[in-house]
This record gives sequence, C-alpha cells and structure tokens, in this order.
Amino acid sequence: MARLFEFQSKKLLKQGGIPVPAGDVAATPEEARRIAERIGKPVVIKIQVWVTGRAGIGGIQFADTPEEAEAKARQLLGMKVKNFVVDRVLVEEKLAIKAEYFVGLVIDDAAKKPLLIFSPAGGTGIEEIARLHPEKIARQTIDVLKGFPEFEARNMLIRVGVEGTILPKLADLLTKLYKVAHSSDARSAEINPLVLTADDNIYAADCHLVVDDYAVYRHPDFGIEIAREFDRPPTELEKIAYRVEEKDYRGTFYFFQMVEQTAGSEKYIGFNGAGGGGSMMSMDAVLNRGFKLANYCDTSGNPPASKVYRAAKVILSQPGIRGYFASGSGVASQEQYHSARGLTKAFYEEKLDIPAVIRLGGNFEEKAIEILQTYLKDIPGVVEGYGRDDSPEFCARRLEELVAKNGGKRYEIRPFGETPVPHKAYVFETVTGRISFDHSKCPGCNTKGCVPACAPKILKLEDGKPVLAITPEEAKKGKCTECLACEIFCRFHEQDAIVILLPIPGLKEYRERILAAKAQT
Amino acid sequence: MAILVNEHSRVIIQGITGREGMVRAQLMKDYGTKVVAGVTPGRAGQDVYGVPVYDSVLQAWEKQGPLDVSVIFVPAALVKNAALEAIDAGIKLLVIVPDRVPIHDVLEIAARAAEKGARFVGPNTLGLVSPGKAVLGMIGGRAERAREWFKPGSIGVSSRSGGMTSAISYYLTKAGLGLSTIVHVGGDAVIGLSHPEVMALFEEDPETRMAVMFGEIGTTQEERVADLVESGKFTKPLVAYIGGKAAKSGTRFSHAGAIVEGSRGSYETKVKRLREVGVHVVDAISDIPIKAKEVLGT
Repeated sequence: MARLFEFQSKKLLKQGGIPVPAGDVAATPEEARRIAERIGKPVVIKIQVWVTGRAGIGGIQFADTPEEAEAKARQLLGMKVKNFVVDRVLVEEKLAIKAEYFVGLVIDDAAKKPLLIFSPAGGTGIEEIARLHPEKIARQTIDVLKGFPEFEARNMLIRVGVEGTILPKLADLLTKLYKVAHSSDARSAEINPLVLTADDNIYAADCHLVVDDYAVYRHPDFGIEIAREFDRPPTELEKIAYRVEEKDYRGTFYFFQMVEQTAGSEKYIGFNGAGGGGSMMSMDAVLNRGFKLANYCDTSGNPPASKVYRAAKVILSQPGIRGYFASGSGVASQEQYHSARGLTKAFYEEKLDIPAVIRLGGNFEEKAIEILQTYLKDIPGVVEGYGRDDSPEFCARRLEELVAKNGGKRYEIRPFGETPVPHKAYVFETVTGRISFDHSKCPGCNTKGCVPACAPKILKLEDGKPVLAITPEEAKKGKCTECLACEIFCRFHEQDAIVILLPIPGLKEYRERILAAKAQT
Repeated sequence: MAILVNEHSRVIIQGITGREGMVRAQLMKDYGTKVVAGVTPGRAGQDVYGVPVYDSVLQAWEKQGPLDVSVIFVPAALVKNAALEAIDAGIKLLVIVPDRVPIHDVLEIAARAAEKGARFVGPNTLGLVSPGKAVLGMIGGRAERAREWFKPGSIGVSSRSGGMTSAISYYLTKAGLGLSTIVHVGGDAVIGLSHPEVMALFEEDPETRMAVMFGEIGTTQEERVADLVESGKFTKPLVAYIGGKAAKSGTRFSHAGAIVEGSRGSYETKVKRLREVGVHVVDAISDIPIKAKEVLGT
C-alpha cells in the first residue's frame, strides 16, 4: 500500500476543504526559516518519514523564531530514522490545543464498506482508549452508492457525546474526509490528532493517507514511485524491477529485496516464487533448510516468458547469492513452459554457475522440465527441474545438497551484455522488445524449426527464411507473445541466428556500479 | 448439486476476444461449461471457438435468453464498468478474474450487487470448478488437465490462493478423494464471496460432506468462519491450513485498522480461533488429504 507523507496528505485535506495548520514543506534549513518567517508565529518542525512515534525519537521540534526554526531544521534534515534519511521537514504554525480528537477511515473487509471511526479522545493513546473504553469510539459504515450525508455524521458524533457549536463543524469535517478518501482512492485516511484550538477552530494537526496500490495509476500527481507496501524507500534494484512491471500488464512481477548486502557466512539465495500462497509455502521450505532470502519475487498470473526472463536477470543482479530457487503452488493452471523458457534464456546468458532448483508444477510441466534439462545441461551451474509431485521440502533439500556440492560458491554478477544485432538483419518489434533474424545464416538450417516452434504461429517461410506472417504492427501490439521459443530453438538446434532483445532500463548501469565498487575494494 | 455453478448454468464471457478471454473460453467450453455468449464492445458478429460475440451484456441476453453467470476478463481499469453492466442486466453471479482492481471500485460493485441480489467471486480469482460439471475462470488451464486434476466427490474447497486451490484439490484427488466444488475466493482484501460466505453455501449443499479451507494472514475471513462454526451455522467437518507463518506479522497502517481488527488477522489468532471451535488446523499442506480421509472415515 502506497503511503503518502504527512505534507502530501495535508495538501489533499486542504483541497477537500479541511483546515490544516498554516505551513509548508522544506528541504533545506533556509527554506524552513523562510516558511517560519511567513508564518510569523512560533512553529513546529516535523520530519517527513513513514514511522509513527516521531516525537519520541526527537523528530518533532518547536521553534519560537525563524532563526531557531532554521537551526532545528538543520538538526533534523539528514537524521537517520530506520531506513530513512530525513530529506524534508514540515514547518507549521504551532497550535494552542484545547482538545484532541481522533478520526479515521478504513475499509471493512467483512462489511465490504468504508468504515469511519471517531473518538473524542484522540492523541497517542487512541488504541489503548479503544480497548479500555469502547463506548468512546463511534463507528459508522458508509453506503458508497448513497454517499455519506451530514446527518449520519452528526448522529455518529452525538452517540459519543459531542454537542454544542463544535458538533456541526465536526460533522461537516467528517463528510469532507470521506470525500477526500474516496476521491484519492485511500485504503485508509486518518487524522490524529484532530485539534480543537483555544479559539474554537478545528485543524487536522497530523494526517496520514494510504493509497490503494491498484489505483495509483489514477493519481500521477501523488508522485508515488512504487505503488507497493514499503516501510522504507525502495532500493535501486526494486525501482528497476518496478519499471518492468509497470510497463507490462501481462502477469505479475513483484520484486522485493530482503537485504542489499549478502556478505557474511549466511546462505543467501535468489528466490523466485509464483503466486502468493505457493510462494509462502515455498519460502517456508527453504527457510527451514537454513537458507536466507536475498530477495522475495513473485512471477505469477500467467506472465509471458519475457517477463520471467527479466525477473531472473534482476534476481541475478544480486552478488553473493549461492543458489536460485523457483517454486510456486506446484499445480499451476498456466502453461509452465513460458517460465521455463524465460529462465533458460536468462541462465544461459548469465552463464549461471550456482545451482538452481526450479519447481514448475502444473500445466505442461513435463515440457517445462524438459526445456530446462535439455538446454541448460552445458552451463556451469546445475539446474534441476521438478513438478507437482515433488514437494517444496524435497526441492529445498535438493538445493541444499547442490549448494554444498558447489562448495557454497557465491555468485558474482556479470556485466550486462547485449548480443549485437547484425547489420541487415530482419527485425521486428514486440510489445516490450525486438526480434532480429540473421537471414544470412538461414541457408545452413535444415529444419526451419523456428516457424513451427512459434506458439502464436506468426512466422512463415519466404525463400527458406522466416518472416512475419502478420503485419509488424500486429506483432508489436501483442500478436508476438514473446514466448522466446523461436530464439531458443534456433540457438540450441540450429544456427543461432535469432536474437530477442528484451531491455531492462537501468540494469546495465546498476551492474556497472556494483562491479566498479567491487573493483575498488 | 455442487455450489454456485453446474452443467446447466448459462455463462457469458466479458472480454472474450482478449488474450486470456480467448484461451479460457476454450478451456470452459471444452470442459463442458455452457458458454452461450461473449461480449466485447465493437466486436458483435464475430465468434470465438463457436461462441457468438455481442456488443453488450443486454444484447447477449436478448439474443441468447436468460444468463446465469458472467466471467469477466477485461483489463482491471474497466472491471467496474463491466461488472455493473452484468449486474444491471440481471446476471446473478459474476466471476471477476483480473488482478489489480481498485478497492473503491470493488466496494461499488459490492454495493450494487447487494442491491440487485447478485453475488461475485473475486476479483483476482482463478475461478471455480464443480468437477465433472463446469469450470468458470481459468482454473486448471486446459480442460483435459482440469478433468485429470479434479475428480467429482464430496469435499468442498475454498482458498485465498489460486495456485493452492489447484494444488490442494489435486492432492485430494490423488489421494482418491473427490470434490464437490472448488473455489478460489480471490487474493484481495475485499472480495465478493469470502470464506465464510462460501462455507455457508457448502453447508446448504447436500453433496458436500466436508470442507477444506486455505487461509492466509490478513483480513478477518478465517475468524468469521470460526464464528460461523461456533454459532452452529457451519456444522460440517472443516480442515484448514493458514499460510504466512513465516511472513513478518502484518504491518499496521493505521490506528483505525487496529481498532477495527483488534488482534484479528494474525497467523496465531486465526489458528487459535479455528482450533478453539473444533476446526482441524493442519501444519502442512500434505497433511490435508490425510486429515480429510480420517474425517470422512474412508
């Protein structure tokens, strides 16, 4: 779930007509000073990070003068909090607090409705209060077809004893919060504390919105880099992986790094699961053998071979891993040979020299296993393929044995090589890449096997040479499914005349940086 | 009997001319599902594996007669429109296959479905199978595989993981146990029919003698199944497995979430709650067929 920073959330509240304290976000101490000057009153300075309990770690400071604000901001900027380095602070008017309320909106999975919660006792102890004094918590589910009328908000507030001039103000605010949450596709929206000031105004003193990952595409203005649950900023490699995922809607490719450094004696492996449930089960199996995961990756939902290929290339950009483990549920509905071909192309190009255990159970697993065994038998690393009747536990044990046999060798990443496309080659574009045929090699080919190998049947022979049987535009639009079968056939059975280029923006430079850093040490 | 779908259910496919729509139309048809029409706006008059394509659900209904089920294979951003169209036309069961449907869209679909007395499976579901009768969605992948992996019988399966729906059902079949209906309820936080709702259907189905549930951490579905058992609304034997033991326990996003869910949602709470009310919770997937045999006394 994609979190917004406090200052972003407050901007949305403000747009939705909910009062927030005067202020702005600063990336430098000087900016902080200028904001404080503009406010012209004592200010509060808050670090902008996704952690709770900021006050307790000194992340919230007060300043009476602009000079003091500058000095405090200098202290806070650059501060390290968990995996964050503070790069922005919010400078705001300090409020004279008379009372603190709590208001939060979540999605209730049982009711299948948004649920609004209000408590007249807000602040840090809210969860404790909810447990000890459930009568102080008002709840209201919202009918999304009808919306959230003001009177429902008012009645909800009356139930927890709100009265007087504050009542209509709060009711109005609650209806506005629902509108903000709905229009920003929030999974949750929370104002805590909602402050009543000495002069009887209401302000959202802190606010935090979590946006639905699946709806981030509707909100390019939020500037969300990776629409996924992170409690730290994404790593370089995660950003590279996400760009692959973002541009290719076919199937899922989720990549998450558990560690950035795989140094030490720990047995790190590259992990490639398929499907949430199957991945969890497979993960348990390798963890039980004493392995540690360098990454968690899920390629599921019937991704094309090209996507699995890119996933493997990203996984194999992690130096120090001692093995590669791929395993899903074991009884997948999807044709498993797509994954097998993706892995084959990647492992072959990388000249993989650590063991890989690949459990590709499901439709056409026999063919998938055969692909791995036939084409990867000559690379330095041992690659074993298994199916639905081989348990994840057995496969994890196999990997353990193979890693031991390989002397626990740690993987060294390779420079990102790209096979050059010969001059005058026959080339066409695919959804995410480019295929080239070196027709000068075709006369030496006896089988012309690339044409029958092509799953979507888009190739034909012309003068003994494979060409498109459809228009190049159709191929680019997706008629070429990037199944990789033609390239693999030609490489291993014939003239190695076909090259499929599947770019992964940023990966070449990423590997260069890692290799350069290694060369220096 | 089976639940939700059988050999008589009249099915349409929305998005039938797309990549997945086409392939899975063949799966469903080959398996024996009564696929009577497909819908892709602008493609009326075409056909996919002999299934006539129409421009709208309403048009399909007018030309083909009453429809029971729509299986939706359109891109996530278009799911809401497609689902509301099907509900509005009067279809009472939707199977929403696509992943990544925005949650506020799902809430709107749920509200409209409730209003019209319709139900939906998914989003983010592989679908469901009543073995020997019909398949909806993409589960099994190919008809011959679906026939080989899932044999008819008396165990109902409900799972939050698509792959594990197939895996568990396959392992049960391999152990000589048959299945009444297997349902992948979908992997998202808000789904149409969740575990407790599927269990209630299994309770009503005379053919289903026991149920198997694959649960996961997060949401309150498994706890609500425990509530059903406790209140006597689900009385058949239930074998359950909860995935996600190794995953780091759910990160809380908000106080509001914590207030609503309390301690529910975690691996420990789910297992404890289910065991308390007498559900057979197993620690390994491979124990499911063993436990099921024991329960059925076969």
